[in-house]
Amino acid sequence: MNAPAKPKLKVATTSLAGCFGCHMSFLDIDERILELMKLVEFDRSPITDIKHCGPCDIGIIEGGLCNAENVHVLREFRANCKILIAMGACAVNGGLPAQRNHLSLPLILEEVYHAQHGLVDGFIPNDPELPLPLDKVHPIHEVVKVDYFIPGCPPSGDAIWKVLTDLLAGREPELGHGLIHYD
Amino acid sequence: MSQDKSFTLDGKTVPYQEGQTIIQAAMAAGHYIPHLCFNPEFKPHGSCKLCTVKANGRQTASCTQQAQPGMVVESDINELNDERRVLLQMLFVEGNHFCPSCEKSGNCQLQATAYELDMMSPHFDQFFPDRPVDASHAEYLLDFNRCILCSLCVRASRDVDGKNVFALSGRGIKSHLIVNAKSGHLADTDFSGSDKAAHVCPVGVILKKRVGFSVPIGQRTFDAQPISATPHPKVKGA
Amino acid sequence: MMTSQTNVHAEYLNPILARRQHNPNDLLQILREAQEQHGYIHTDAIDYLSLELKLPRAKIEGVAGFYSFLYLQPRGEYRVLFSDNITDRMLGNMELLENMCAQLWVEPGKVSEDGLLSIETTSCTGLCDQGPALLVNNIAINRLTPARVSSICELIRERVPLSAWPQEFFAIEDNIRRKDILLGSDFKSGAALSALFQRGADATLQEIKTSKLRGRGGAGFSTGMKWEFCRNAAGDAHYVVCNADEGEPGTFKDRVLLNGYADMVFEGMTLCARVVGAKQGFLYLRGEYRYLLDHLQAVLQRRRQQTLLGTSILGEAGFDFDIEIHLGAGAYVCGEESALIESLEGKRGTPRNRPPFPVTNGYLDRPTVVNNVETFASASLIALNGGAWYAGIGTETSSGTKILSVSGDCERPGLYEYPFGVTVAQVLAECGARDTQAVQVSGASGVCVSADEFERRIAFEDIPTAGAFMVFGQQRDMFEVARNFVHFFAHESCGFCTPCRVGTSLLSNMMDKLANGHGSPYDFAEIEKLNGLLQSTSHCGLGHAACNPVLDTIAKFRPAYEKRLAHKDFVPAFDLDAALSQARQMTGRDDTGAHLERSHESR
Ligand SMILES: Cc1cc2nc3c(=O)[nH]c(=O)nc-3n(C[C@H](O)[C@H](O)[C@H](O)COP(=O)(O)O)c2cc1C
Ligand code: SF4
Ligand code: SF4
Ligand code: SF4
Ligand code: FES
Repeated sequence: MNAPAKPKLKVATTSLAGCFGCHMSFLDIDERILELMKLVEFDRSPITDIKHCGPCDIGIIEGGLCNAENVHVLREFRANCKILIAMGACAVNGGLPAQRNHLSLPLILEEVYHAQHGLVDGFIPNDPELPLPLDKVHPIHEVVKVDYFIPGCPPSGDAIWKVLTDLLAGREPELGHGLIHYD
Repeated sequence: MSQDKSFTLDGKTVPYQEGQTIIQAAMAAGHYIPHLCFNPEFKPHGSCKLCTVKANGRQTASCTQQAQPGMVVESDINELNDERRVLLQMLFVEGNHFCPSCEKSGNCQLQATAYELDMMSPHFDQFFPDRPVDASHAEYLLDFNRCILCSLCVRASRDVDGKNVFALSGRGIKSHLIVNAKSGHLADTDFSGSDKAAHVCPVGVILKKRVGFSVPIGQRTFDAQPISATPHPKVKGA
Repeated sequence: MMTSQTNVHAEYLNPILARRQHNPNDLLQILREAQEQHGYIHTDAIDYLSLELKLPRAKIEGVAGFYSFLYLQPRGEYRVLFSDNITDRMLGNMELLENMCAQLWVEPGKVSEDGLLSIETTSCTGLCDQGPALLVNNIAINRLTPARVSSICELIRERVPLSAWPQEFFAIEDNIRRKDILLGSDFKSGAALSALFQRGADATLQEIKTSKLRGRGGAGFSTGMKWEFCRNAAGDAHYVVCNADEGEPGTFKDRVLLNGYADMVFEGMTLCARVVGAKQGFLYLRGEYRYLLDHLQAVLQRRRQQTLLGTSILGEAGFDFDIEIHLGAGAYVCGEESALIESLEGKRGTPRNRPPFPVTNGYLDRPTVVNNVETFASASLIALNGGAWYAGIGTETSSGTKILSVSGDCERPGLYEYPFGVTVAQVLAECGARDTQAVQVSGASGVCVSADEFERRIAFEDIPTAGAFMVFGQQRDMFEVARNFVHFFAHESCGFCTPCRVGTSLLSNMMDKLANGHGSPYDFAEIEKLNGLLQSTSHCGLGHAACNPVLDTIAKFRPAYEKRLAHKDFVPAFDLDAALSQARQMTGRDDTGAHLERSHESR
C-alpha cells in the first residue's frame, strides 16, 4: 500500500507598497523552485491568477502599507494564513516608500498634482476606484501580527529558500551570517 | 603585568591589568562582547548598554565595570542576547535606518551587531523622527537620521582633536547631536577630514562625500565576516 | 569677532559674569540669569558667553538644550507652565489650561502670534497640597480656579508686570498638619553648632552614627557612614551639597522645610562641613522653587552676620564654611546625586558612571557629601539632642521621624510628621481620607499601595519613602494614574542610555495605545518585557523605576487595565481610519472605500 502523499502546503504571496524586487529574488531560488513546487502549491500570488487569498499555510508579504488597498490585502492575508511572513525591507521597516514619512501627505499631494512644473489645472484624483493613501507608510507588523521576517532589499533567494525550507521542515527559521542582511 | 589577575568570561579565563574594564580585557584577549558606544581608543562612556553582562550574577555594563579578580562574567547567554536585541531594536526605531540607501551599509557596527544577534525586524513601531541632513561641508556629510548618540565623535573631537566640533543637546528622546557653529552647519565649524572625529562614527552619520558605494555592497567589512570575528584594529589581541 | 549685536548682550551679561567670576562651572546659573533678560537665551548671547567663558558654543547650547526651563527660542513675555502631576489632573488642571488657551487665543505648546505668551505643561511643581498650580516666568501660583485663571488672562493681556500681580496669587502655604520632633522643635539658630563645639567633630560624627539616621532622599543610606567615607577620602577640598531638587511627583516637604526651617537645614550642612572638613557648600534648589530664593538668600545673609557661616564660624579659628545656592532649571534627573553634581558643575544633568561615588569623587572630582534637605535638618536635631535620643524614636531599623507630603483625595492635605512605623491607615485617618482606593507612596517611582495593604508601615523595612503620599479615592482610575507617571518618566529621561531614552517613550506610547482603546493582551506582554529591560539595563534609578507604576497597578488594579483590552488580538496603535483623513480631505471623498475599520476583528 502506498503511503498517502503528504498534502501540499498552501502558500500565498503578494506585493503591497513594494517594487516586486523581493518577488524577483524569490524566483532567484532558480531550479529549487521545482523542489519547492513538490512541497507547496500557490494560492493568490503574482505567479498565479487567483484574486483573493483563501485559507493558506503560509502568506508572504512584500512591501509596506501605503494606502487603504494595502491594508485590505494585508488583513485578508492575515485572516487566511496560519503563518505570515514579512519579506524584504519595505515590509519589515517601511523601506524606501517610508522615506516620505517626514513630509506631510497634503504637501506631497500638492507637490505631485498641483505645483509640479508642466502641470496645468492639475487636480488630485478622487475616483472612488483608487485607494486613498495613508498619511504615513507603515511596516506591516504595525498593523497585523507578523510571525516571521526576512530582511533585505531584496533578501537573497538563498535567504528566502532557507526560511521556507526551515518552516517546511518544522524548524525555527534561522538565517545566520551571510544570509541576514538589511541592504 | 601581573598574570595572576584574571576573571572568567563564559567559562574562559581572561587575564587583565589593574584598572581595565571587563570589555577592555576581553577584547585584548580576543573575545567579543557586543558594544556600540565603546571604542578601545577612547574612555568608556557606558550609554548604549549593548555590552551588558552578568558579573557575579549582577547585570552591568562591561565597558565601565572594572575587572576584578575571580569575577565570573557571563555574556554570550540567551537572556542577555535577547535583551541586547531589544536594545538594538530600540536604536533602529528611534532613528531612520534605511540600510539599502546608506553608504555605511556593510561597514556599520549597528547593522553588523544586529546581524550578529539575529535581529530579524525592528519589532516596535517606528518613530520616524524628522531629522536633518547637513550637506554644508565640502567633503563631509552629516546624516542625523542614523545617529545613535554614542558620543564617540564628541569624545574624539574634544579629547583627540582638541576641537569640540560636536556636542549633545536636548534631553530624553529629543536628545540630538549638534555642531559647534551658530549656523548649525558643519561647514561653519573647524571640522576637517583629517580629524579623528571624522573616522569614529560607528554608524552612517559622518560620511565622506563622493566615495559613494566605491566598494560594492556585499563586499564590505561585515559582509566578509561577522563583527564578532572582526577585531578592532587597535586591539592587541587582534 | 564682536559685533554691535553681541555688545547689546554684553550690557546685561557682564554683571552676571562678574558676579559669577567668569567661572564656567557656573554656566547653568549664568544661563538662567541671562535668560531673565529676554525670557530666552539669544543666540548672540551664546556667542558672547562662549567668548567670555572660553567654552565651545556647542557645549553651551547643549547645556541649555537639556533643561526644560531654558529656552533657545522666544517663548513669549509670559511663559505659563501648568503643573501636570496626577494630583493637578484630579483637581482639573487640564480644563483650566484649555480655558486659558481659549481666552488668550493660543495653542498649548505654541507661542502666541504676537509673542506675548506661551502655555504648556510641566512636571509636578511641588504644590500638590494646594493645586492646581502653575508657574509663570518660573514663579509659582497656587489654588487655580476658573476665576483666578481669568484674572491671570486679564493681567497678561494688559501686560501687567509680574511684580504688580495680586500678592495672594503667590501666597504659597505651608499646610503643616502634624508636627513631631522636627517640625515641632523650637530650634534656635546656632544651637546645634554650639553643641558641636562642646562635643567636637569626632564625637558629633559618632552621635550621627549612633542615631542610625538614614538618608531621607529615598535610598536610605546611613548618613553617618556617608559623612565618614567623605571625611576619610583624600582630596584637596571637600564639599557639602544639600539636595533640594525635590522632583519626585507628590513630594513637597523640602519646600516647607526650606520656607520655615531653613536654619535647621543650613546648620545641618555646616555640621557636616565641620565633620568632613569642607569649606564650601551648595544648596541645589529646584527651579520650581525659584520663589524661595530671596528668602533663602536672606537667611544665609543673616547667618553670616551671626557668624554661623563665613570665616571663623562662632569664633572658631580655621572653621570656615559658606553656602551658595544653585538653582535647577526643570530636570527631575538632577535629583540623582551624580547628575546633580554634573549640574552644579554647569553641565548637562547626566548621571555619572558609578563607582566612583560622590563621597570620593564628587563636585570637581573632590570628596562630596550629598544629602537631602530633611536629612540635614534631622542632623541638626541629633547634634542638639544626641544620637541615642534619636535612635529611640521610630523603629529598630528606621530611626526618627519621617515627614510625609500628603495630597490627593483627602480633606487635609499637607505635611504630616510621624515616627517611622506609622501605618498607612493611620495617616489616611488623620488626613481625612475616606473610601480610599490606593495610595502612591514615594512618588512616581515609589509603590502603589492598595486597600488590603493599609496596615503596612512607613519604614525602610516595609514601605520606604522619600515623602510623597498621594491618596486616590474609589472614583479614580488607577490606569490613568500610572499613565500620568509613565509620561512623567518619558519627559524626564535624560536620554543618556538606550533602554531609558527609548524605553520610556515606547512605554508611554503603549499606555496611550491602551488609553485610546487599541489595547490587547499582546501589549500587556510588551509592557512586561520592557519593564524587565529597563530594570536590568538602565543607567540610573530613573530608568529602573520607570515601569514601577505600571507594574504595580497591573498587579493590584487589573480591572482598570482589562477595561482597556478591548481586543483579543493585536491591533495597530494608530487609528487606520484617521490615517486616511488627510487624503479624504485632499480628495473630497467620503465613500465607503475612503474609510477603514479600526480593527480587523470588528469586521
Ligand atoms: C531619578 C532620581 C531622582 C532623585 N531625586 C532626589 C531628590 O529630588 N531629592 C533627594 O534628596 N534625593 C533624590 N534622589 C536620591 C539621590 O540620588 C541621593 O540618594 C540623595 O540625595 C542622598 O541623600 P540622602 O542620603 O540624604 O537621602 C534621586 C534619585 C534618583 C535616581
Ligand atoms: S547607519 Fe547602519 S543601520 Fe543605520 S541605515 Fe546605515 S547601515 Fe543601516
Ligand atoms: S554622529 Fe556617530 S559618532 Fe557621533 S554620536 Fe552620532 S552615532 Fe555617535
Ligand atoms: S536611566 Fe534614564 S535618566 Fe538614568 S541615565 Fe539612563 S536615560 Fe538618563
Ligand atoms: S558599549 Fe558599554 S554601554 Fe555602550
